[in-house]
Amino acid sequence: MSKQEQHWEKSKGLLMMTLAIWFVFSIGIFLFGAEMNEVTGPFGYPLTYWFTCQGSLGIFVILIFWFANRQEKIDEEFGFSERGDD
Amino acid sequence: MIKGNFIDNLPKVYGIYTGGFLAFIIIMSIGEQMGMTAKVIGICFVAFTVAIYAIIGYLSRTAQADAYYVAGRQVPTVFNGMATAADWMSGASFVAMAGGIYFKGYGYMALLVGWTGGYVLVASLLAPYLRKFGCYTVPDFIGTRYGGNLTRFLAVVVLTVASFTYVTAQINATGTIASVALDIPFQYAVYVGLISILLCSMLGGMRGVTWTQVAQYIVLIIAYLLPVFWISNKMGAGFFPHFMLADEVSRIAELEAQFGFVKNSAENLKEVPKGLAGITKAHSAVNATPWAFISLALAMMMGTASLPHVMMRYFTTPSVKAARKSVGWSLFFIFLLYSSAPMLATLSKLSLIDPSLPTGIIGKSIAEVQSIDWYQNWNQANLMFVSDFNGNGTLELNEFFMGGKAVVLATPEIAGLPYVISGLVAAGGMAAAMSTADGLILAIANAISHDVYYKIIDPKAETAKRLVVARVLLVVIGFAGATIAAMEIQGILGSVIWAFDFAMSGLFFPLVLGVWWKRANREGAIAGMALGLISGAGYLIWVRTGGSGFLGITQLTFGIFGSAVSLVAMVVVSLMTSAPNAATQKMVDEVRVPAGRSILGKQ
Repeated sequence: MSKQEQHWEKSKGLLMMTLAIWFVFSIGIFLFGAEMNEVTGPFGYPLTYWFTCQGSLGIFVILIFWFANRQEKIDEEFGFSERGDD
Repeated sequence: MIKGNFIDNLPKVYGIYTGGFLAFIIIMSIGEQMGMTAKVIGICFVAFTVAIYAIIGYLSRTAQADAYYVAGRQVPTVFNGMATAADWMSGASFVAMAGGIYFKGYGYMALLVGWTGGYVLVASLLAPYLRKFGCYTVPDFIGTRYGGNLTRFLAVVVLTVASFTYVTAQINATGTIASVALDIPFQYAVYVGLISILLCSMLGGMRGVTWTQVAQYIVLIIAYLLPVFWISNKMGAGFFPHFMLADEVSRIAELEAQFGFVKNSAENLKEVPKGLAGITKAHSAVNATPWAFISLALAMMMGTASLPHVMMRYFTTPSVKAARKSVGWSLFFIFLLYSSAPMLATLSKLSLIDPSLPTGIIGKSIAEVQSIDWYQNWNQANLMFVSDFNGNGTLELNEFFMGGKAVVLATPEIAGLPYVISGLVAAGGMAAAMSTADGLILAIANAISHDVYYKIIDPKAETAKRLVVARVLLVVIGFAGATIAAMEIQGILGSVIWAFDFAMSGLFFPLVLGVWWKRANREGAIAGMALGLISGAGYLIWVRTGGSGFLGITQLTFGIFGSAVSLVAMVVVSLMTSAPNAATQKMVDEVRVPAGRSILGKQ
């Protein structure tokens, strides 16, 4: 496999992982919304309610930064990263 | 005070700006103490902020295509994040979101999850690759990736349908706020709003819009957070509401159980002014089926990843790496407002319905409620209404009605905050609506001027001529939007949600597969865009004219049907026709590598 193909395989792997986490917190947990809401979540809010107010939203923010860092590492590994800091 | 070039000094420039705005708020509150009337304060807030945006717009004027279309590709990640957040959060998010949560509870929260979750798709599937591509507009990507004028043209059509649906709602919102704050009739206020919008974008294009959007974000976030924190502290609910309102949420559930949701008869409801609603749904309980919630969230997520005015913000970053990070910052700045909206809804609801609070009106006598100052004001503004349906002389939960906007607009007054806060909220709402309208009008005008005029009609046109065409289109589209907004056809939120559905029907799969599936070809893209948009629009019309719909897909989620058709059509047609040529395949390979020059930069 060429360097470029390997880079793309790794990038695809990262994408799948990112989308899996995204799926869990945007769709998966809401299949059980009613059941989960019986549980007390962070700061004492009902759990499903907390996810819709803060939980899922905050996880998405962290997920994007995590994804961006991982992808940067992959790019560096194959020498495809760009110069410059931001 | 400031040396060197503008980009290096951004933190300083916007730091001074923020300080200046806070000083202005303090001056206004001193003015209020000294007897400035509410009306004058409202006018000052809106006029002062709009004047600043206009100055920024003027200072950003440019005669270069690169600056006009993509702000010279040098906007740093954090600032691009702020600009995207302002671009994204519309007048509807600002004014109507807390109200939606207040009235509909869980079923509405799907929008919060959808409007944030979509950014994960933007960051991972599209933004970095489109940035590497180096295009000016979204149709520019479609046109070059798939080749041919028809693909480019269809992308412009989808973009225009989606963005135009959206922009009329935004101009409508600027008109509403301008008419209240400046006390002029709505029909004129719409055009005042439009002129403010054009002042930001006309001279500087994307560069002007970028730097005004950053300024608008700062105003709108202060205007949203300050009242939420203030109200929470004043009510004794907690100094940091986001972490401390669990007791308030459970108290609302307790009161709901105590009062019960009494259903009003149709005859009684006729008395209630149009647009007002009562509390009929539980605040924090799950009140929608899983599919109703998930389908709405999914439609909003895929729509987010297809809306061109958001995507084009990531064309302005200096690098691919920066585009990825910038999506994270965008969502962070959006999160600050979105996570506060449910808190505001909670505080607002509790302060009105809890009989043990001094502001609570449920359980008081109707006559007493009708004599409250703020009730009279908001009743006059057609945003509040009470009626004694059961004739017992006391206000029950089912006898109290409010407009969705009132949650943001009236809660500060109900909680007893000074009027200066209401002026601030008006300026924030104006900033939110203006920034989104600017992004949308620019997206449409740029697509038509760059993709239709320059790429299809007159490829030899000089830069100066192209920019004149772009500016003329900006004005024409703005006026068309304002004229339709002045007719007041559709409520603010309805048309906003439709825009997402239109965009995902026609653009989601052509964009995503353009990067992720090399085999996707021109014929497939044409089928995907055309059939997706037509079937989505057809479904909407069918449901609107009394059709029953299927699979629980409603007029708010018709994009799920449209995009499914688009996907199937695109895959089937692509496989039935020949694979894209070697040059195109090589282009896709290069898009996938962040390093090196952009694709279009090479040509």
